[in-house]
Amino acid sequence: MEFLRRALNPWGENVPIGVSWDLIWAAVIIGAVFVVAHALLVPKKVGAGEIDESEAKGLPDRIQRHKPGARGFHWTMSVTMFVLLITAFFPVIGIQFPWVTIHWIAGVLLILTVLYHIYHVFAKQDIRNMWIGRRDMKEGALGLQAAMRRPVHRPRAAKYPVDQKMFHHAATILTLGAVVTGVLMMYRVDNFLLPQNTYMFSDATWGWVYVIHGVCGIGLIFLVIAHVYFAIRPEKRWMTWSMINGWITRERYLENHDPERWAVTEADGAGEMEGTAAGGGTGQPALSDKA
Amino acid sequence: MAVMRDMIPPFELYQPTEVEDAVRLMRQHGDRGWVLAGGLDTFDWFKDRIKRPEAVIDLAAVDAIRGISAGEDGGLRIGAMTSLTDVAESADVMDRYPLLAEAAGLVATPQIRNQGTLGGNIAQDTRCWYYRSGWPCYRAGGNVCYAATSRAMNREHCIMGASRCVAVNPSDTAPALVALDAEMVVASTSGERTYPAADFFIGPDIDIERMTVLKPGDLLTRIDLPAAWPNARWYFEKIRDRKSWDFSLMSVASSMRVEAGMIQDVRIVVNSVAPYPVRLGAVESAIRGRAPSEETGQMAGEIAVEGARTLRHNDYKVALMRNLVKRSIRDAA
Repeated sequence: MEFLRRALNPWGENVPIGVSWDLIWAAVIIGAVFVVAHALLVPKKVGAGEIDESEAKGLPDRIQRHKPGARGFHWTMSVTMFVLLITAFFPVIGIQFPWVTIHWIAGVLLILTVLYHIYHVFAKQDIRNMWIGRRDMKEGALGLQAAMRRPVHRPRAAKYPVDQKMFHHAATILTLGAVVTGVLMMYRVDNFLLPQNTYMFSDATWGWVYVIHGVCGIGLIFLVIAHVYFAIRPEKRWMTWSMINGWITRERYLENHDPERWAVTEADGAGEMEGTAAGGGTGQPALSDKA
Repeated sequence: MAVMRDMIPPFELYQPTEVEDAVRLMRQHGDRGWVLAGGLDTFDWFKDRIKRPEAVIDLAAVDAIRGISAGEDGGLRIGAMTSLTDVAESADVMDRYPLLAEAAGLVATPQIRNQGTLGGNIAQDTRCWYYRSGWPCYRAGGNVCYAATSRAMNREHCIMGASRCVAVNPSDTAPALVALDAEMVVASTSGERTYPAADFFIGPDIDIERMTVLKPGDLLTRIDLPAAWPNARWYFEKIRDRKSWDFSLMSVASSMRVEAGMIQDVRIVVNSVAPYPVRLGAVESAIRGRAPSEETGQMAGEIAVEGARTLRHNDYKVALMRNLVKRSIRDAA
């Protein structure tokens, strides 16, 4: 199996022209093996422990986990990502249709959603929610041990578990890689947004643009497989539902989230407040959770 | 331009005598095999050493796909290995489908028509010299169209239907067959399939590396012509730089049914303006019910070139297409 497709250009230079399509199948196979291995080896329930009823005081029945804007971004990006992957790779594996125009239009929509997400993160959310700190790493290490059936107590997560943060960062890198190279590639296809300009870069540089675009796309195949798999895992479905309806139950919150690291405010309540105390009963003033 | 070399790379030669054996060999070798009909497209590729198949399946001995016979519905069946001369000089073709006879008779030279086949003329690859020089363009699996750049020599390239690649379909018989509503019969190890001629040719938006639906393992065996329209008028014109021997800069084929001085039904197809023969559906709709006059032709020409996008050196094709379409209506006989 080769990793790059190369060719001799008119000047006799051996230049890369793209990523090897064999890697599509490699990504699919790795994704499938990961899913099967995880489904067989990891117990369905990797719980964080029992609920401390005293922490429930003052918490609403329903706690908002994703604002409408964040959900809108997620699902818009999901649709565009599926369209992009289908239009990119189906023709390569033999399912042929006029894909180029659909692909770049979906790419433009993806860029718009990413720009909205960046605005939303800085204006409406707290970007620190996605940082991976020392406690996250400890949480991840213990979570890994728990998944491997070791007798450890997995600590509760902040608003986002460390595995979600890692997925987010991987998706961010691959998506931005695909977006930046995709914009450059629009200079080589017929569209009404950018003029065609083949001479912007040398053949070799263009080749690497195509390689990076391909690598990011193929990486996203694996991430999408893993993401869909975790979204339908029984013990993760509450998170999937929260991406649809926006909220999680108080029990799920207390079971999976550390009130010290994700303090619920009145603004996070999507239902009746049981009390007036904020801060999850920690005795600390409630953090202004903007997420 | 590539340097034509005098030695072709070695390959295994297979000479089946039955269609079943041919398609089995084609399946066995997949994209490492090559189907040889008349050889007029093939040997250019081989001598330039751009195509280097490991096996060549020569169809010369497959008699079942050669010759012209009556079809079931009053039409004609033409084997894909029938020579262009036989098509052009067939009494049946000349009498009932003069459009096809004219198109076949205008292919290249008498010697090439003796050697070339109808199937080969239909399924031949594009003549874009950037592509045929072996450069890594989109059509060759690369990531650029050398002919679409701002400094490219693209006088012969397309003015519509481009999608990254701007090469044109070079076949003379293809537009005639689309205008006659022919059907292409394709055999493979999984059986026989039939495609309307208009669907047989595909653009780069669907598959940039092919010009037809034929995939490795598919063999075009026969062209079925439906019963001709009674009292049909037809028109074929091929424009080329050298009348003695050249590929078309543009060709037009029309088939028209006229009653009481009005166009009842019509099919107009232009080739070498796009990577596939372009059937002018909007023109056909616009001129039905009108007289085949100068005015109708003028209007049709204007409609035909709507949406045309020229390259650096081929804006002449817009005026040429406008006039050819006009003549294909006004002068159809």
